[in-house]
Amino acid sequence: MIELDNVSKVYNEGRANEVFALRDITLQIRADQTTVLKGPSGSGKTTLLTLIGCLSRPTVGRIHLEGKMVSGLPEKFMTEIRREKFGFVFQRFNLVRGLTVLENVMLPAYPLGLKYSTLRDNAERLLGDVEIADKAGMKVENLSGGEAQRVAIARALINNPDYVIADEPTANLDTRLVGEFLKIVEKLRTEGKSVIITSHDPRIWQADVVDRVIGMEDGRVIEDGIAAT
Amino acid sequence: MNTSFARQRYLMDFTLHSMLRRKGRNLVLFTVCCLVIFILASVMFFGQAIRQEAKTVLADAPEATVQNLVMGRHALINAKWVPVLQNVRGVRHAEGRLWGYYYDTVNGANYTVMVPPSDDTEHRLQPGEVIIGPGIVANRNLIRDKYLFLRANYGEIFRLKVKDRLSSDSALVSADLLLMSEPDFRKFFQLPDDVFTDIGLTIRNAREIPTIIGKIGVRVPGSRVVTRADILRTYQSIFSWREGLLLALLGASIVAFVIFAFDKAAGLSGEERREIGILKAIGWETSDVLAMKFWEGALVSAGAFLLGLVLAYGHVFFFQAGLLEQVLKGWAVIYPDFHLKPHIEVLQVVTLAFFTVVPYTAATIIPIWRAAVTDPDAVMR
Amino acid sequence: MIFHPPILALVLASLISALTVLWAAWFALRVLRHWQPSSGHALQINMEKRTYLVSTALAFVLLLELASLLLFVSNADQMSVMFVGAMCAVGTLNVNAYGIPALLLKLAVFFVALVWLVINQIDNKAPDYPFTKLKYAILLLLAPLVVVAAGTQLTYFLNLETDTITSCCSLAFIPEGGGVAAELSSMPPKPALILLFGGLAAMVLLGLLAMRFRVAQALYGLASAVFFVISITAIVSVISSYIYEQPHHHCPFDVIKPQFDYIGYWMYLPLFTATGIGMAAGILGLRRTPDSMADSFARLMKKRIAISLGLYLLFGLVALVAILKSNLILIG
Repeated sequence: MIELDNVSKVYNEGRANEVFALRDITLQIRADQTTVLKGPSGSGKTTLLTLIGCLSRPTVGRIHLEGKMVSGLPEKFMTEIRREKFGFVFQRFNLVRGLTVLENVMLPAYPLGLKYSTLRDNAERLLGDVEIADKAGMKVENLSGGEAQRVAIARALINNPDYVIADEPTANLDTRLVGEFLKIVEKLRTEGKSVIITSHDPRIWQADVVDRVIGMEDGRVIEDGIAAT
Repeated sequence: MNTSFARQRYLMDFTLHSMLRRKGRNLVLFTVCCLVIFILASVMFFGQAIRQEAKTVLADAPEATVQNLVMGRHALINAKWVPVLQNVRGVRHAEGRLWGYYYDTVNGANYTVMVPPSDDTEHRLQPGEVIIGPGIVANRNLIRDKYLFLRANYGEIFRLKVKDRLSSDSALVSADLLLMSEPDFRKFFQLPDDVFTDIGLTIRNAREIPTIIGKIGVRVPGSRVVTRADILRTYQSIFSWREGLLLALLGASIVAFVIFAFDKAAGLSGEERREIGILKAIGWETSDVLAMKFWEGALVSAGAFLLGLVLAYGHVFFFQAGLLEQVLKGWAVIYPDFHLKPHIEVLQVVTLAFFTVVPYTAATIIPIWRAAVTDPDAVMR
Repeated sequence: MIFHPPILALVLASLISALTVLWAAWFALRVLRHWQPSSGHALQINMEKRTYLVSTALAFVLLLELASLLLFVSNADQMSVMFVGAMCAVGTLNVNAYGIPALLLKLAVFFVALVWLVINQIDNKAPDYPFTKLKYAILLLLAPLVVVAAGTQLTYFLNLETDTITSCCSLAFIPEGGGVAAELSSMPPKPALILLFGGLAAMVLLGLLAMRFRVAQALYGLASAVFFVISITAIVSVISSYIYEQPHHHCPFDVIKPQFDYIGYWMYLPLFTATGIGMAAGILGLRRTPDSMADSFARLMKKRIAISLGLYLLFGLVALVAILKSNLILIG
């Protein structure tokens, strides 16, 4: 479980272009659930995502992960926790160009210094799970949108995280692929992982697999409910 | 420990791939780095080789030379002092030396004219014969058995047969040397039989030199003793000074190079920035990115250093440092043409690293750090 | 004289070191005033980012000072031909009154930088930066030291006159002459060796105690400094003679020359590093174990003391080998 307690985030603090991205958020994200954050752009949902996923520190307030406080940690410790507990799928997939599919999937594990063969086997297995194993040796520039997303998902799973975070995962995909994506989310759920998604897309909020929808506006939570089935 | 090594290996591997993806920028950096090192290394190798040459050449010189001073200037010394000096305890052998300078009006060059020492059997000369140095050979277009015509100051023209030529190996000091027999020398310079230019002393034990000098000061009034060590020191200083001056001038190029390095390292392309952002987001720490960037810098600078060094070695020792000769050897009409013996010292190489790798690394620290502390959430904004 | 290339290189290097440390010290002042580890405000986050720069810069300074030290001595040795009476590095260093102080100050900078880096490494292992204030206080000490070292070195170089007559090690390091060098060389071989190897045994014992008991750690730090002095004395009075196979040759610098297989490096590098780490452990031992490091502190200290001991043993081994291999017999 992730607990946010009176959390605020300010960018460019103290300067002329100061921005309050989040104001006084108190929230709990349960494990084993699929949660969607919805809201217009500028509502702060992406910022909330970065705080939940230990990608940045709140300006004020505390965040606890499974009972341990993570909000005041120095970068090194935060990164360790993030690496272990979270997997990220970005809106633009953010695969490293020039590397192959397999290398991209293994990348998050490099700093751990694992044995190469173990790492490679894990990566290949994950690529198989998302049904893209045949493209393992291909350079990522040559992938289609849907393929790139699957690689991004495999990469997010390489360190076997408990929480998977996806930022606007279907923004660049067509309908057929939205269905594919939701199938993968279902699969992750059965494995006991928590999935947290931000999305504009009603097809996502209204999907069966979603347990909870949180609506945001202007840096605040305006709606928090169990998804209608 | 295993994981620590494995981690460095992964980072290095990624670094190599990353560099290969940005060949253009890295190649430019490498080339400039290499060029600067090439120039500096050439200067250093050359200076060192010449100093070493001087040391070798002087090895055969007498340990000390006694000169007569008149009104503070070097004057001819009387032959009567030779047995006196021979008797000084510690002096193995004392011998009068005859040498002087001759200005050749034909080509405006200065020759050093000398009578070979008595124990020099290789260069023994009869009256009417000379042995000349390679510089004179080239300048006057002479070969063995041809004749050299020299005009003495009092008017007579000497017709001297060129018996032999001095080898190029010792050309540093023998380029303009002219060896003559004693009778010819005395006649040419109108010297009476009882004078010498100076007296050379062979001394058994180097530690006794200061004591011996003291004794000579008492027994031979008005004399000055010049030791071989003095000469060596002077040579070392002169060449070292010139080299240092040149390097200081090249300091401007080092500064330019450093600014260039800073700019290149700092000028991360948008693509590179994005890539670092991704790495940070997916779980790389700042120290991982720092390590990666420093590997990059190390590969470029170490590679350029080695290549620059190798090229400089070739330049100085196989191509006679053609580019540098003018400044470093000093102005003279006659240029010695000799092969420098390859000689490198660790001290030199380390000094060179101080002038190049150190400023380069220092210049890249801040840009590398700036890149490495990119916020992990930057890719999401 | 200043245009001699290695001298230019050394002056450049010390300038870079001094500027780097001065900047770091200015940052240290800010840290000491505003540091608040758990804060999420921009000031704290920026300062935390900047600490990476400081530690990178100081690691760079450490390596630079070490290389500088070696270059300084090598150069002094090479330049000895230019000075009347000098036959090795000692002669060059004695040309004016600033040579030896410059060397000692450089050594001091090396030690303080090494101590800082060891403490920094441990500080980074805890989420609340328990030793940050200590660290940056040490940095404020390092800054003036580096500046004085650079200044002394520069003064030394500017006053190198070739027409001064200086003395070489055969005169400086004989028991009959006066001064510290003479004192060091005048210790007879047997007591010197007893002190050295006895001291080494004591260090091992103390180190093993320090690996288990906090109390012994501060003591170990102090003992490291003392053992360093004993080791240098032993090197000057006895070990160097064994290496040169000459009972009256006591120069501590000639041992780094190629003709002695560079054995000096094998002695000095482990010795210096072991002492630096030992002193850092001693300083940390004086502090309370931080709550955030309740489990890990003991383990981290143990590792570092072990490394320090290992290096001391290496030094001892090299010294022993030098003595046994030598054809000289000084005892018995």
